[in-house]
Amino acid sequence: MNFSLQERYRAGDSLLHRLDPRIKVVVTLVLIVGIVMTPSAAWPAYALLWVLLGGLALLGRLGFWRLARTAGLALPFSLAAATLMFTTPGNEVLRVFGLVVSDAGLARFAAVLLKSWLAVQAALLLAMTTPFTDLLWALASLRLPQTLVAIIGLMYRYLFTLRDEAERLMRARAARSGSAANHRSGGSLGWRARVAGGMVGSLFLRSYERSERVYAAMLARGYTGRMRALDPPPLRWQAVVLGGVPLAALAIIQLLAARWWA
Amino acid sequence: MLPILALHIPDGFLSVPVAAAGWLMMLVLVGVALRQTRDQLGERQIPLMGILAAFVFAAQMINFPVAGGTSGHLIGGALVAVLLGPWAAVLVMTSVVGVQALLFQDGGLLALGFNVVNMGIISAFVGYAAYAFARRMMGETFAATAVGAAAGAWLGVEAAAIATALQLAISGTSPLDVALPAMAGVHALIGIGEALITVGALAFIRQTRPDLLGQPGRAATRGAGWVAAGLLIALAVTLVSPLADPNPDGLERVAEDHGFIEAAQPPAYEILPDYTIPFIEDAALTTIVSGIIGVLIVGGIGFGLARLAVSRRKETTGAG
Repeated sequence: MNFSLQERYRAGDSLLHRLDPRIKVVVTLVLIVGIVMTPSAAWPAYALLWVLLGGLALLGRLGFWRLARTAGLALPFSLAAATLMFTTPGNEVLRVFGLVVSDAGLARFAAVLLKSWLAVQAALLLAMTTPFTDLLWALASLRLPQTLVAIIGLMYRYLFTLRDEAERLMRARAARSGSAANHRSGGSLGWRARVAGGMVGSLFLRSYERSERVYAAMLARGYTGRMRALDPPPLRWQAVVLGGVPLAALAIIQLLAARWWA
Repeated sequence: MLPILALHIPDGFLSVPVAAAGWLMMLVLVGVALRQTRDQLGERQIPLMGILAAFVFAAQMINFPVAGGTSGHLIGGALVAVLLGPWAAVLVMTSVVGVQALLFQDGGLLALGFNVVNMGIISAFVGYAAYAFARRMMGETFAATAVGAAAGAWLGVEAAAIATALQLAISGTSPLDVALPAMAGVHALIGIGEALITVGALAFIRQTRPDLLGQPGRAATRGAGWVAAGLLIALAVTLVSPLADPNPDGLERVAEDHGFIEAAQPPAYEILPDYTIPFIEDAALTTIVSGIIGVLIVGGIGFGLARLAVSRRKETTGAG
């Protein structure tokens, strides 16, 4: 995993940032289901969905193009769908290394890519405008089991500490490993894997022992096995109405798509 | 970078019914994992599992060069299952995969169900089953631990990759005859990296804190063999089912021959009419989905009966 482990949250005070996180989670999920259900060849619907998501990005002051660019991160996976171009029967549009690309195949492949790209934009809107702690209590009030809420809450608290721990391990390895251009460095594959394994084992022990210290510290502060949190604020009707707006737009787009563009 | 992304399915690659089936599987299995761990989950375990989830996340960053610019690294399901037992590993890995989707868009939200099932549940249970089997066959030595963990790590990754290929094929995103060899082939190599790192980590832990390598307690592993066997049978049945004999089965054949099949009443609730799913076009694929759902239902009933039998026995003998 080569992405840098950085939070995507962008602090801000826009309408989107202030919206009740429970509403945001539900709206995001419904938007993604809607995007994935869009009929394959309903091209105008994809354009409208993009406008809808871009509009939300502007509302959250995230930048229309920046959101679109960031959402490209899932595209490497599209290799998995690339075979659709060759295997779907249809009229030949071009040949690649003797393989026939059909028009229908190209369309299906493009639809999968567009859906994936739009769905990532929707998920990004949620992650970029909602602090993770808010996301967590929203999930808790949407019936995520208490045990998982507690585990994920603690995980989030130590995620970046342990990321730094892992980076220190890798820096130490790099500092002790000479390398030169055009010259293979390091021992055999098995040896390299054993070094990486030792690093993982070392990280495990550091994490395990940290968890013992954390537990002792929690006990000292009166931990009894329950994570305490403030009661979630009541759900306001304004938030529900606001959340309804993008869903209404989605419904209209889907109706248009089903009626004329399918 | 590509290989790991190939197991985190983004949204758009699974059709809505397939994704919904994944969510259902995840909810059921994580629910069972929560029940199974409830007795052993003292308040002690919550910080341990939370921090180990963060550990898996960070450990996935540690990579080593393999060849040609690609690098190997850990998924971690088997390692955590060996150290904590499979049920706790399910909770840890579910948290990892869930946070990767929510916070980093690594894997979709709609696709989260199958991502959790593939990387969290299948890899943990298959990995643990191989490990437990090796320990039973070879005794409680470190050699057994290493062999079992290596086999488990490799099999876990491979099973997860096969499951991913099946889900993509059923969704109509990638034909099975392309996706299956590609995913299984690439992950046969990835799995070697996983196995090497897992064993390396266990060897290091053995040298420094051998006390952490004991067999997880009975409570931590209860029912694990059944789940692992169920998952493997489900995978095997699904893979074989399109090749199954299309002729009607024995009883139906007899009924047809004697002309009383018309007299048979259709069942009141047709969940899977003729073992097919209405909204999936392809005949082979619909058989596959039906196979999975059927195996899940049968597995669920079997599991329930087994639980019932165990609690009955406890009542009569008066001791667990």
